[in-house]
Amino acid sequence: MLVIEDLKVELGDKVILQHIDLEIKPGETHVLFGPNGSGKTSLLMTIMGYPQYKVVEGSMIFKGKDITFMPINERARLGIGMSYQRPPTIHGLKTRQMVNICAGGVVDVGGLAQRVNFADFLDRDVNAGFSGGEIKRSELLQLMAQNPDLMLFDEPESGVDMENIHLIGKTIARLLEKDFNSVSGEKSKMQKKMERTKMGLIITHTGYILDYVAADKGQVLFDGRLSCISNPREILSCIGKSGYEECVRCMA
Amino acid sequence: MHGLGELKEKAEKALQKKAPFGEDINLDQFDSAPVLHSYMADEDLCGIPQEEQKRLIMAGLDVTKKERGGTFFQKDTSVIHCHSPQEGIEVLPVRKALEKDWIGEYFWKLAQVDVDKYTASAALDLHDGYVIRALPGSKSIYPVQACLYLDKEGLQQNVHNLIITEEGSELHIITGCSTSPHMKKGIHIGISEFFVKKNAKLSFTMIHNWAEDMHVRPRSVARVEEGGLFLNNYICMKPVRSLQMYPTTYLEGENAVARFYSIIVGSPGSEYDLGGRIFLKKPGNKAEIVARAISNGGKIIARGHLIGEVAEIKAHLECKGLLLKGGLIHAIPELEGHADGVEMSHEAAVGKIAQEEISYLMSRGLGEEEATSTIVRGFLNVDIPGLPSQLKAEIDRVIEQSDKDMM
Repeated sequence: MLVIEDLKVELGDKVILQHIDLEIKPGETHVLFGPNGSGKTSLLMTIMGYPQYKVVEGSMIFKGKDITFMPINERARLGIGMSYQRPPTIHGLKTRQMVNICAGGVVDVGGLAQRVNFADFLDRDVNAGFSGGEIKRSELLQLMAQNPDLMLFDEPESGVDMENIHLIGKTIARLLEKDFNSVSGEKSKMQKKMERTKMGLIITHTGYILDYVAADKGQVLFDGRLSCISNPREILSCIGKSGYEECVRCMA
Repeated sequence: MHGLGELKEKAEKALQKKAPFGEDINLDQFDSAPVLHSYMADEDLCGIPQEEQKRLIMAGLDVTKKERGGTFFQKDTSVIHCHSPQEGIEVLPVRKALEKDWIGEYFWKLAQVDVDKYTASAALDLHDGYVIRALPGSKSIYPVQACLYLDKEGLQQNVHNLIITEEGSELHIITGCSTSPHMKKGIHIGISEFFVKKNAKLSFTMIHNWAEDMHVRPRSVARVEEGGLFLNNYICMKPVRSLQMYPTTYLEGENAVARFYSIIVGSPGSEYDLGGRIFLKKPGNKAEIVARAISNGGKIIARGHLIGEVAEIKAHLECKGLLLKGGLIHAIPELEGHADGVEMSHEAAVGKIAQEEISYLMSRGLGEEEATSTIVRGFLNVDIPGLPSQLKAEIDRVIEQSDKDMM
């Protein structure tokens, strides 16, 4: 479980997030909406532990441990992982090596890569010259190897063509254990839901991801504040009809 | 060989001539008197103390000669091993080669004796050096290894090497220079002349492994004929007092190609002034100079000079520098286009490791130090097209080894 309480975050000298309360229970996936510049990526980076995002008030507890000031790699080891929107290129480091780093040891890189149609990219430098869609698949491949319990997705469907959206949506659903349609198991839906432990927080503008991942809750981040919690589909349709600002006002 | 008298005369006039780049070294402080070592058979080579073997391995010389197409080993001023079992490849000491008729076509034909005091000194007081020659159409399966080793404190080692790849041949050379573990001070002067003939392919990978108070002054010139490829790799990751070189290559036939790759780590107290100069003289010529320099306190000047004399040539210069713990990296890229239709570019960057990259790797589970060294290793990991995988592995191993000293 992730519990964030009354979090205030500064970047440089500017307050970029305040009064953030968020609770993601095991098995839950939340969707984060909000206009450009509202602080969505900042919230994900703060949870991941990027040091330039300075927590000045409040706390973050994950799996019962206070992670508010924990270094990034310790959070990763504790089970937090992120799929970035614009990850940096690392010259000379092959994607194949990166996947092994994520797994913390040797893993069937080829097999994993096939699942996101990425086998041809394994011997290329991480993110070097990757298109938008290729970056997403590379990020998902890394998360698959890392297998964290809490996954932070920064706009996983942006810049992805229609064909690949399907692949990405299904992959995320599988990572979050929300893929009961695709697996014909002996367990009932209810049973699988009960056993689900993976947590997710997904930033989306388009909501396409909702076609693949049955998100439990939706939240709107506006001006550095989390404004409402509701059914993600309802929020999406409200934003679509009257815009973020109106949506925040009406739900508040 | 005749004409030697004339060379000597020219050289004598240049004995005090300073080099345009690098610290001026007073050669009087070194001793160039011959140091005799007896010839070593295969089993003697394997009897070399482990500590020395390790230093040799780091400079690319494997005493077991496994997967090597030939071996040349010079200690101080004496050739102690020279062997070429591979058909089509000749390896011989240059002094022995001087007795042959054909040597006149090559010896001091590209390099000039009166460039500076170092070339002059090597011309007047030659110790030895190697000639490696690939006969027409021969293809080497394994690389030839050549090692120039310094053991005597205060020695001035003068060597002259000739590398000849005849028409249609393919030759790979790994050459290392190293000093014995106890050695501190000395100077190495090495003249190298490369002849890459029509449609021949030569890869020359040089690994330097010097001592902290060594001065090094290589002087190299190459000529590449039509359709030839000259691949020149240079790796130096160990301290040295000063190292200055500016090898020149002339692409003289159509479609001739030259590629220079260097990887340098500059330790505190070390000064490196190196670069490459390539003349593109015929249509279809291609040249590339790529340098990766890391300074953790040393001074590195990375030069590069590409001269495009005719249209339809393509040349690129790339220098990337990383400052880890102070020091200086000075990139000096030069492009000269002398005709319409040349295609020349350069890219230079000096900086530090991006925090964003470290954080990215940390979010995949690596600790900060591991993340940093992964990025540094990646930085030094240059893709060298056309390099046999065995030599690539050799370079990787050297980088992997030095990684530990660097951090």
